Amino acid sequence: MAKSVQQRMMSLNGDEAVAWAARQSNVDVVAAFPITPQTIIMERIAEFIHDGLMDSEIIRVESEHSALSASWGASIAGARAFTATAANGLALMWEILYIVASSRAPVVMAVVNRALSAPINIHCDHSDSMGARDSGWIQIYSEDAQEAYDNTIQAFRIAEHENVQLPVMVMLDGFLISHTMQNVQILPEDVVSDFVGYRKPSRIKLPEFYGEKEIPLMLNPKYPISIGPLDLYDYYFEHKMQQIEAMKRAPEVIKEIHKEFAEISGRSYGDGLLDPYRAEDADALIMGIGSTMGTMKAVVDELREEGKKVGSVRIRTFRPFPADEIRKLASGVSSLGVLDRSASFGAEGGPLFMEVRSALYSLKDRPPVLGYIYGLGGRDMPPRLLKKIAEEVLSAREEPERPRVGYPGVRE
Amino acid sequence: MAETKWVPNIRQIAKEMHERGFTGITPGHRLCAGCVAGTIVRQVMMAARKPVVVINATGCLEVATTIFPYTAWQVPWAHNAFENAAAVASGVERAQAKLIRDKRFEGDPDIEMDYDIVVFGGDGGTYDIGLQALSGALERGHKFMYVLYDNEAYMNTGIQRSGSTPFGAWTTTTPAGKVIPGKPVGKKPLVDIIAAHRIPYVATVSPYYWNDALVKFRKGFEADGPVFIRAFSTCNRGWYNAPEESIAISRLAVETCVFPLYEVVNGVEWRLSPPSLAIAKNPQKKKPVEEYLKTQRRFRHMFKPENRWMIKRFQEMVDYEWELLLERVGLKG
Repeated sequence: MAKSVQQRMMSLNGDEAVAWAARQSNVDVVAAFPITPQTIIMERIAEFIHDGLMDSEIIRVESEHSALSASWGASIAGARAFTATAANGLALMWEILYIVASSRAPVVMAVVNRALSAPINIHCDHSDSMGARDSGWIQIYSEDAQEAYDNTIQAFRIAEHENVQLPVMVMLDGFLISHTMQNVQILPEDVVSDFVGYRKPSRIKLPEFYGEKEIPLMLNPKYPISIGPLDLYDYYFEHKMQQIEAMKRAPEVIKEIHKEFAEISGRSYGDGLLDPYRAEDADALIMGIGSTMGTMKAVVDELREEGKKVGSVRIRTFRPFPADEIRKLASGVSSLGVLDRSASFGAEGGPLFMEVRSALYSLKDRPPVLGYIYGLGGRDMPPRLLKKIAEEVLSAREEPERPRVGYPGVRE
Repeated sequence: MAETKWVPNIRQIAKEMHERGFTGITPGHRLCAGCVAGTIVRQVMMAARKPVVVINATGCLEVATTIFPYTAWQVPWAHNAFENAAAVASGVERAQAKLIRDKRFEGDPDIEMDYDIVVFGGDGGTYDIGLQALSGALERGHKFMYVLYDNEAYMNTGIQRSGSTPFGAWTTTTPAGKVIPGKPVGKKPLVDIIAAHRIPYVATVSPYYWNDALVKFRKGFEADGPVFIRAFSTCNRGWYNAPEESIAISRLAVETCVFPLYEVVNGVEWRLSPPSLAIAKNPQKKKPVEEYLKTQRRFRHMFKPENRWMIKRFQEMVDYEWELLLERVGLKG
């Protein structure tokens, strides 16, 4: 394939970048319900469709619960479905999140991260999507508007890949990305269209007594199938196992599609799972998710100039969790700091902290891991705080293993 | 609309079904003996004009017809959750429109895109938890036929009261207690609520009047937009009626005006259907509700001397609704 094609530079915020990705990705059905800070995605898509710039059906449903339900309906009918939400909207979809994943419907959803109520708050934290981490969706977190665009396009390929067949959530930080104007490189329409193609429903084998035949997995009177039957203790576990296996196959597919997209766009983010920055020779590593890790890169540069060997690692895919890759990066590092933009009440630390620490357990020489819960409800995370955290982590070499969790940015 | 040239000819239907090789739902499904939900499904399938895709809300029908790896459905069938069948149908309908418009699967010998969409939901999934999704879908105007099999309580979870449970009825959450005997309030006027959406076609059917039901289902298939049909559906496990009397009770419900048969076109044109029209024209044909109530043990406590007032109250409520309906169809001053 030709080395990166001619692209168009546009001033877009994160929501608009996602809407552009959806517009170019041959989406058949969009079903969504407005919620700040996601609303712009839906508004732009509606404008595209009403102006004849995007050839999709749009269902302006009466709730997020119905948004995901309609997306599922469209998906099992053989169409490519897209939806978007945030915070309480995602919480309202809760029941259906699991059903979409378990019935292996490759729906793509943009989640514009926003703090969950109460108290009601419209700004960024990751409590919404972190709460959905066990729902069976692939979760890809973006650092900026450009990456939100890139991830959304790739998400359709990942979700529909024959080895995966799982729904994908693309996360972008509310306001910090969703409402922040940025120069975004937009690929030509035909290039994206070729990259994502059109939805082809996967094929399933008929039972032997019907003869050798593979049929499309969709609502189809030619080959009627029942989707979503009652499934009790005699088969449920095997079906869950298939989901577990599909998630295990996902990292390879994510990396492969990420690489293929890099070839046409000229943009890549680490290996697609992790995005490390000056991590190879680092003494201390700071791990985190989302837009804060962009700020972290500048802080790393500053610290390096001061002779402090700090690096950073941005987790792109929280599900599947890149435990192997994290182990590889962390072995040989003297200490680790993990930034969580959500709390798990009553747990030892935030969700990312717990998973990173768990991943490191099998290492012979485990570095101390410090956890930091920050930015709840959109509380700012300025460079000086990140610098302070990095310096603390750097000097934590001799710390015992007892978890230490801090809450930078909170008032006493 | 709501006119159809189609006249059900049972011989012809049987022949067509034989040629098609299936009836939509197989015998051997696990619905209780005496349950008429399966009968209603059959009647819908008999009225089909082209292939049908079924969306099923969680409930007895869903659970009893599918236990993996078995399914009683011979048509494409999907179940997602309790409260969202209408939303799922919205997605299917728009997807179908888009894929047909794009000619996406045209020429693919393995895929057929020309089908009608039917939703089956119980009263729990329709009156109560699914009302929001249904109302939204009706407002948006998706083309599908929503068939409510109304057995007047949450039967799948074991007979709990719903918005459809009639006044006085015993359920496990409205027990016939010494202080509060059964359900203290009446039914939600769901058909009125649905008709108020001004959708092309709304109707009520009772499986005993199969001819009337088939014509209405056919009108539903032919309508240009959302259709809602409320089907009377006995539940011998929850009503404690004799299983073999289900169809007889389906008749009594109409004869007592507990369950009148009518249609509403575009939300404004109310018409009584022949069995109920006959009663309207000849009021002495209207049987007392007592005859209906005594067939079901869920009303047994109402026959105790201290509760006899409940039968009277039940009759008043039925009369009130019946008079209201007569006004709407223009048969009352």
